[in-house]
Amino acid sequence: MDKLICKCGHENPPGTVLCESCGRPLNEQEQNKQLADMRYEGTARRSQTYNKSIIDKIWNFFSSVKVGVGIIVVLLIAAALGTILPQKQYVPATTEADIEAYYTDIYGSVGTVYHALGFHDLYNSFWFIGLVGMLAISLIIASLDRFVPLYKSLKNQRVLRHSSFMRKQRILAEGPGDAETLKKAEEKLTDLKYKVSTDKNGLLAEKGRFSRWGPYVNHIGLIIFLFGVMLRMMPGFYVDETLWIREGETRAIPDAPGYVLESKGFTLETYTGEGEEEKFGEAIDRVGTVAKNYQTDVVLYKIPEDALPGDTDEMEKVEEHAIRVNQPFKFDGYALYQMDFQQDELKTMSFALQNKETGESRGELTIDLVNPETNYELEDGSVVELLGYYPDFSGFENGEPQTATPLPKNPGFLVKMTTPDTPDGETSFITIQNTVEPLGDNDYKLAFQGVETRDASGLTVRKDRTLPILGLGGLIFMIGVAQGMYFNHRRFWIQQQADGSILLAGHTNKNWFGLKKDLDQVTEHASLPAYRDQQEDMEAQEKREGEQLT
Amino acid sequence: MTLADISSNLLYVAFIAYLIATFVFGGAVKGNKKGTYRSEERWGKVAITITVIGFLAQLGYFITRWMVTGHAPISNMFEFTTAFGMTLVGGFIILYALYKTAVLGMIVLPIALLIIAYASMFPSEVSPLIPALQTNWLAIHVITVVIAEGILAISAAAGLIYLLKVVDQKKKSKQRFWLEAIMYSLVLVLGFVVTSTFFTLTNYEADFAYVNKDGQPSEITYNMPAIFGMNEFEPMTDGAFTPLLEMPPIVHAGKLTTVLWSVVVGTVLYALIRLIFRKRISEMLQPFTKNVNLQLMDEINYRSIIIGFPIFSLGALIFAMIWAQIAWSRFWGWDPKEVWALVTFLFYAAYLHLRLGRGWAGEKSAWLAVIGFVIIMFNLVAVNLIIAGLHSYA
Repeated sequence: MDKLICKCGHENPPGTVLCESCGRPLNEQEQNKQLADMRYEGTARRSQTYNKSIIDKIWNFFSSVKVGVGIIVVLLIAAALGTILPQKQYVPATTEADIEAYYTDIYGSVGTVYHALGFHDLYNSFWFIGLVGMLAISLIIASLDRFVPLYKSLKNQRVLRHSSFMRKQRILAEGPGDAETLKKAEEKLTDLKYKVSTDKNGLLAEKGRFSRWGPYVNHIGLIIFLFGVMLRMMPGFYVDETLWIREGETRAIPDAPGYVLESKGFTLETYTGEGEEEKFGEAIDRVGTVAKNYQTDVVLYKIPEDALPGDTDEMEKVEEHAIRVNQPFKFDGYALYQMDFQQDELKTMSFALQNKETGESRGELTIDLVNPETNYELEDGSVVELLGYYPDFSGFENGEPQTATPLPKNPGFLVKMTTPDTPDGETSFITIQNTVEPLGDNDYKLAFQGVETRDASGLTVRKDRTLPILGLGGLIFMIGVAQGMYFNHRRFWIQQQADGSILLAGHTNKNWFGLKKDLDQVTEHASLPAYRDQQEDMEAQEKREGEQLT
Repeated sequence: MTLADISSNLLYVAFIAYLIATFVFGGAVKGNKKGTYRSEERWGKVAITITVIGFLAQLGYFITRWMVTGHAPISNMFEFTTAFGMTLVGGFIILYALYKTAVLGMIVLPIALLIIAYASMFPSEVSPLIPALQTNWLAIHVITVVIAEGILAISAAAGLIYLLKVVDQKKKSKQRFWLEAIMYSLVLVLGFVVTSTFFTLTNYEADFAYVNKDGQPSEITYNMPAIFGMNEFEPMTDGAFTPLLEMPPIVHAGKLTTVLWSVVVGTVLYALIRLIFRKRISEMLQPFTKNVNLQLMDEINYRSIIIGFPIFSLGALIFAMIWAQIAWSRFWGWDPKEVWALVTFLFYAAYLHLRLGRGWAGEKSAWLAVIGFVIIMFNLVAVNLIIAGLHSYA
């Protein structure tokens, strides 16, 4: 394509609408408009100029505001759809099959369809992520398409514009002036913090040009943010683990090599409604109990780097800390959060080995429900062997006992009992309040004696190295939004023509009321001719025509 | 009088001030025969003075309640919704200072009144904070959001005035239908307030036992005669109204009963208004907009979104993410309230792009601003009360 040569002699890149130098409209369509399209200063945007190759087509697709808004609206609707029923992470089921069953059980056929469409995990679906990706591409391309020419144009703008450009501005004033007019206008405009440049018989006053960059700055912030989110999929950037730790227990922290945590205890406090809290009495009476504090007191240890694997004797104490909700424990880029708890979790169970007929006891044994031993030696050479342990027994599958979770909520024991009376041993499967003897009647049984309990804390182990990037993205976004929205780019062009008359045009990217207020002051001070708002005039005209028709 | 009493009395003062100011603004608009600013200036001044007094009283309520509870009074439905009413009036005062439009007050104040009345239907005793809320981020995040929503709602009010003026009431059209639908839904809120107040004053209470969705036995107290019964309900109060219909376990029949009562009473109210005045509500309001400058309403609509959008982004997304990272270990978890904050953000982003990029101003912008308010109200009412999530309190 050829360069466009304006009447003023300036060479414009192909696709330019308003001459970069004097502002004359360069095509017929623009010449016929009553008001100039000032959105991008009439510059040549790539998307409006080229449409041949496949790259042009892709570029044009993503640079379109229509497409951008389309993506936003589809994302908005998709996001809303995901809130109709709870997402899978908020459903009390873990395996895929259980989750599917849960939706059907609780929500009926709606739940079945919701699950079948994949809406139970909508925000991780490939199409949703794809939409976010398209939004990111649109942000980049649409910004480049507009920013580059706009920047060039505003940087190189001239003071003197052709009268046809000025007459196509929304704010326009024409009328007589005197020798002092330009000087006085310049005075007042400088007063109002405008940057004024003059050239021969004209002046250009400009304020808040940087607000024009706001949209591009906030888009950069969003792109950085989305980039940060993408980084979390890379290994090493992001750790999300759950650590269940019981009172008195010491455990290695998952995914935090070299660190070991000891729990001193879990505390649950509730509001009493007494003393200081008396004012809450009514509310507490209405809802029952209200939690006041969830807290796990921990000690953090570090294993020296030269220690042998599994050697915990040389652990160095790093810090004692109380982890509370809203007060995570941070160390070395990791953070531990108080997320969950289990009060009175079973710790041990004791049994007596008894002869069923005589009730005679061969001694007692205590099984640690977290780390059970396999052999328990009792009196007279009697032995109880633990053949299988199922901490959270959930039933049999193909004759095999199953456990739902590794937590000792409903322990089941498969034991072999050997006594001098029964040297071959007897097998028994024991759960709370139930005993099964799979290989025929036994002479001996394990009689339940008692339990010990303790509290357990559910902690989340988190490392997120993308947070600084996300924070930076958010900060840049906010700067861009404030820059673009709380400031306006206002300009006035004033020319004194050969006969001494004044031609004035004004433009702002938004808040025309503010622009007019400024102009009112300048008009008064410099006795400028009265201005008119051409858009209001046009609308009033349309209205009159409309009324005549009806 | 204790500080708590002073606090609730100040809220009454604010409520009454807003009520009076509504009528004075109405009078200022109605009495403006010449269509100039000057002719509504005198009554406009009186009205804005009363509004400011009401706002200061409500600010007094807010501060004294903060002193009483020891935490920012935005921690449950009553407190948050009341604060929303306050920021709505605050936003109006700012825009009145900029543009001096009495008609805006005539529309904003009754909406604020409805919102505060709606808030008062929730338990209003001072309540202690659960561990997740015990942080300064509660005040920082929620106050920023409520200010942003108050300002954004002004754009809807300006949009509504624009529509009241431009929508032709003589011709049947989609616009006329939907505009009246907005008026009808405002009457439904009034229906809820009237019903709730009536049954509270008459001390209606009925207890039922039922089986919840996890198969556990539970109990519920109805404060209105139960139209819908919970799953496998058993009345526990003698002589209680027997539910007409039993609901499946996932439907909260108690809330559904409240909704139906409000709709029925609201619809009766609406029918009465139509019967007495023989006009649509929007038709009755239209004469008030005779002198409205459409350009100015469009400007207020756009300006309040421009002021509100950055504040909303900061409060509802950025502060929210920072707090979520501290309290829940992740800055974003697709909780329904989070999602709807994102939906609101995306919606206003679409508004701005349509306006700047495709020249959507005037009537189109007005409709969008009203839809934006509907989304905000949905997030406040429906997401808290219907869609269960981490944010559902009260």
